[in-house]
Amino acid sequence: MAFPKPRPARAELPRQRVQSLQCGQGAVRAARFNADGNYCLTCGSDKTLKLWNPHKGTALRTYQGHGYEVLDAAGSFDNSQICSGGADKAVALWDVTTGQVVRKYRGHAGKVNCVQFNEESTIIVSGSIDSSVRCWDCRSRRPDPVQVLDEAKDGISSVKLSAHEILTGSVDGRVRRYDLRAGQLCSDYLGSPVTSVCFSKDGQCVLAASLDSTLRLLDKDTGELLGEYTGHRSTTYRLDCVLNELDTHVGCASEDGRVYFWDLLECRRRHKE
Amino acid sequence: MAAESSDSEEEDLVSYGSALQPLQEGERIKKPVPLQEQTVKDAKGRYQRFHGAFTGGFSAGYFNTVGTKEGWTPSAFVSSRQKRAGKTVLGPEDFMDEEDLSEFGIAPKDITTTDDFASKAKDRIKEKARQIAGVVAPIPGTTAFDDLIGPSKITVGVELLRKMGWKEGQGIGPRVKRKPRRQQPDPTVKIYGCALPPGLSEGSEDEEDEYQPENVTFAPKDVMPVDLTPKENVHGLGYKGLDPSQALFGASGREHLNLFTGGSEETSNLLGDLRHSKGRKLGITGQAFGVGALEEEDDDIYATDTLSKYDTVLKDEEPGDGLYGWTAPKQYKSKKRPEREFKYIGKVLPGFSLASKPSAPIKIYPPPSLPRNYRPVHYFRPVITAGNESCHLQKALEESTGKLESDPTQQGRHALNAAQRREQLGETELKGPAPSVLEYLSEKDRERLKEVKQASEQQMKAKIVSQQSANSRFQVASPEEAAHKWQMLLGGQLANAGSSDFKPFAKNPEKQKRYENFVKSLKQGEKGERLERFFDQNMTEWERGREQEEFFRAAMFYRSSNSTLASRFTRAKYEDDVDKVEVPRDQENDIDDKETAVKMKMFGKLTRDNFEWHPDKLLCKRFNVRDPYPDSSIVGLPKVKRDKYSVFNFLTVPEPTTSVTQATNEKIQESNSLTKPKKSSRWDVSDKEKEKKDSISEFISLARSKADVQQQPPVPAKEECGAGTTETPPTVVADEDKNQEEESGRPPMDLFKAIFVSSSDEKSSSSEEESDEEQQPTTSERQSETTKQVDIADCSSSNLQENVTASTDSGISSLPTSKQELDATEEFGPKLPPAFSSGTTWQQQTEVPATFPGPSRKEKHRKTRERHKTKKERKRKKEKKKKHKKQKNKGKHKNKKAEKDSSSDTTDSSDSLSDMDTTGLSPKELLRRLKQLQY
Repeated sequence: MAFPKPRPARAELPRQRVQSLQCGQGAVRAARFNADGNYCLTCGSDKTLKLWNPHKGTALRTYQGHGYEVLDAAGSFDNSQICSGGADKAVALWDVTTGQVVRKYRGHAGKVNCVQFNEESTIIVSGSIDSSVRCWDCRSRRPDPVQVLDEAKDGISSVKLSAHEILTGSVDGRVRRYDLRAGQLCSDYLGSPVTSVCFSKDGQCVLAASLDSTLRLLDKDTGELLGEYTGHRSTTYRLDCVLNELDTHVGCASEDGRVYFWDLLECRRRHKE
Repeated sequence: MAAESSDSEEEDLVSYGSALQPLQEGERIKKPVPLQEQTVKDAKGRYQRFHGAFTGGFSAGYFNTVGTKEGWTPSAFVSSRQKRAGKTVLGPEDFMDEEDLSEFGIAPKDITTTDDFASKAKDRIKEKARQIAGVVAPIPGTTAFDDLIGPSKITVGVELLRKMGWKEGQGIGPRVKRKPRRQQPDPTVKIYGCALPPGLSEGSEDEEDEYQPENVTFAPKDVMPVDLTPKENVHGLGYKGLDPSQALFGASGREHLNLFTGGSEETSNLLGDLRHSKGRKLGITGQAFGVGALEEEDDDIYATDTLSKYDTVLKDEEPGDGLYGWTAPKQYKSKKRPEREFKYIGKVLPGFSLASKPSAPIKIYPPPSLPRNYRPVHYFRPVITAGNESCHLQKALEESTGKLESDPTQQGRHALNAAQRREQLGETELKGPAPSVLEYLSEKDRERLKEVKQASEQQMKAKIVSQQSANSRFQVASPEEAAHKWQMLLGGQLANAGSSDFKPFAKNPEKQKRYENFVKSLKQGEKGERLERFFDQNMTEWERGREQEEFFRAAMFYRSSNSTLASRFTRAKYEDDVDKVEVPRDQENDIDDKETAVKMKMFGKLTRDNFEWHPDKLLCKRFNVRDPYPDSSIVGLPKVKRDKYSVFNFLTVPEPTTSVTQATNEKIQESNSLTKPKKSSRWDVSDKEKEKKDSISEFISLARSKADVQQQPPVPAKEECGAGTTETPPTVVADEDKNQEEESGRPPMDLFKAIFVSSSDEKSSSSEEESDEEQQPTTSERQSETTKQVDIADCSSSNLQENVTASTDSGISSLPTSKQELDATEEFGPKLPPAFSSGTTWQQQTEVPATFPGPSRKEKHRKTRERHKTKKERKRKKEKKKKHKKQKNKGKHKNKKAEKDSSSDTTDSSDSLSDMDTTGLSPKELLRRLKQLQY
């Protein structure tokens, strides 16, 4: 006789600070967890990238090689490699253990705002201020991108990948979803510059933060608005937004130095920190 | 100066080794590998062996030496504390490796056969050398004993040569035709007596004319082995010491039988040169004895050597032998053969004889210096063809040059061609490409070709003759005749004569004009008299005739040059894409609509654009996704080539308008989906209707359609004979003022460019239409700004929906075709025709076809007048707008009813509608009036 599975515990919102890291990298442009959440990367404005164990608060390694500030980084699924993009217009692929640059992809005409690995870490997708998204091949030694997605009319602020989709948020106020499986490009107009996009964990929705201090949850297939989250301030800077692990809450950074959380369904502001 | 010197210094520099490779970017400078870790490996990664590489050698070991870490200690070292080291004598073997002492080492210890014992047969050559050595040696004949003891050997090469037929004593090489005299005399025949001096005997050899058997060949003369006996004595060079035979017997000594008889014969032959030829003096002569001071006659004292034979001074004088002291074996110079031997063996052409002397080397004269005023242009003299007239001339010329053409059968040798000469000489034909195509033709074909050629030549001649005669008769010939003749000549090829830029009489504009007219008429095929009228009437007949001739000539000249040029060019297969640009096929629509939708928070269809997008094949592979378009080679958005200045590049294609009339009709949707193309076009309205809830889109499109209706009321009427005349005009919208604004508003500059740059052909179409079309895009943009009258829109839309439901029962089936028809009208302008031209329109047309005859001219005129009227009326309408607004809400129900009527009864409905629409003249109203006028 099988017991029904216990109901999953209600998602706890992060309420206390566990650890703070003194990066010593100048302004920290981005902080990213690795795939399993055991390590994190910080992108400094002093051209370095640092790998931390955030739970112990120890710096593991410093990656030097960018020519200007590092703006975004991502870790591969097997933690063996790191990709990063910087204001030096280059996308770098690092070897985690040696700390050396394995490849450097040059091709963007402006600073690279965001980088992402695909699921198998065979492709790096980078979005740049030059309004193009470039897909770089990590397997071959090709110096030029596999494909350039230049449909955006303005800079790319955010790029996210799913198994078969590339989601981009652009300053031209559009969220574009390139579906490789269907061979389709869906472009949703949001009206104000998009700063950050992300998929929901169930892959049905798209969350987009824009500079009108609003987060919007859109249905992925139809583009309909499912929820709107306001209350924070986001008018100038590129700030990230997230959905939590269980898709119960929506989080976003605010220009007042806090992180805001909303209940996904009720669109109520739950917490600010 | 400094730079120069540095340059020169650089040139002087010598560089050793290869340069280091430049460091790559981001690469760190490698630390030098410490000495003890340095190993040397070959290309395959094995440790490189150094010393004694062929016999094993040793691998580079400690510090690249053979030593060990402990240092190198001699094996013989014994500590002297207890015991003195014994003195050991080290031989070379002590420093050798084991490998060196093994079978293949440098000092093998095993027993092997030595060189001396390797052979089986006697070696004659070596023997000879020995004999020479024996003679030369201080005690002659001593070496002869060696032969008795030493083993003789024969090498493999000799053995091979023997098998090939070589015999000892012969030379090696092909057999030669030569006198056998040179051959070594048969050794069995013994010659007694004085041998002739070698030089003398050779000379006599040539002089003798001996019988030579034709087919006998001889082996080449054997080559004398080089005498490289080392100089073992302390005598001067060339000093031989006392020859005992000569010393004892003087000149007669030559005759004596040597002790070693066999050897004497041979040695005399071998050492022929060294022997003294002079030996008349009796007694002991020789260099060793010198000359007495009192002897007067001293020239013959030194039999072999005189002082005069030695150089007393060092100078450049060439030694007679040309060897300059070189003691290497003397070359056997081939004797200069008589010229007979150079003789060309073969046939000789008659008239030629062999030269007795080889021709002197060709003297090359320098080219003459050109005169200062020399121009390197060649003037070709007129070629005289074998025509009738020039026959005499040609003959004369030929006679003068002496080139009388003669019968080919009696050709002199000058007339022979290469092939004939080849035949005579008996040479084989050179293999190469055939000189002409004609070679490949059969005899028959060649003859036919010749005939054709002759025929054409004759024709040409006839033409020339006729022309000449015409010229001579010119004054007499009537201009008609001349014209006719010219026309015949020109034929139908006058097509483009004088067409555009060819102006032969540009200096005289009047004449040019006349010429142009003339050519024009000529092209039309007019004849003489009619052509006359183009000529100046003030001119005399002669002048006219002359001018006509001139014109004809000019026309013909133009034609010929034109056609010859034309034959050299061909039309391009593909057009140049200069004024075409690649444009993505689908573009994101204008954001104005979306802007409003966003404001309304109407996300979804309104804010979404779907495009076909082709991912790269590799990208699909990396994402583990099947390529959605496996056959396409496109990457990214599909692109289309468009005119650079096309209107469509600047007009963002409006959002697919919701045709409100079909809003609720599901059946229509079904039929739509059947005919619906994959790519969404602006005619596609299919799935918009599904969402009733997004009324904003309906509202927007409705507003737009209305505006269109009002703005171009007569257009559909004109294009499709009175489409939808009885249809209810859509209720007048509240944004009339916007329409007014549009008229004053200016479209962007690009639009103008697009219109005026691209096509000049369409200027003939009415300017009125153009102005209408220009306004349309702007209309659509403005329309979207209307956001406030949502309630009104709702009313009107529902109103219209009902309207359609009433009319659909008969109109459903015919709708797809009506849509097609609409597609056909797409060409006329970028804008969608007003919404009323859908289902109901068609219905009207099918039901009452008799009422619509084709548009006549009259009607068109009327329409234009009407259009002006509507403009005025629009102003009026605007004033009444407010009033109308109020009325509209009220009239909703009424309207519905009225439209029901209209669908059932077409002719009367307009009347009832006009009753209702008292506020403004709708296009429908106008059309109705038109109809009335027509009847």
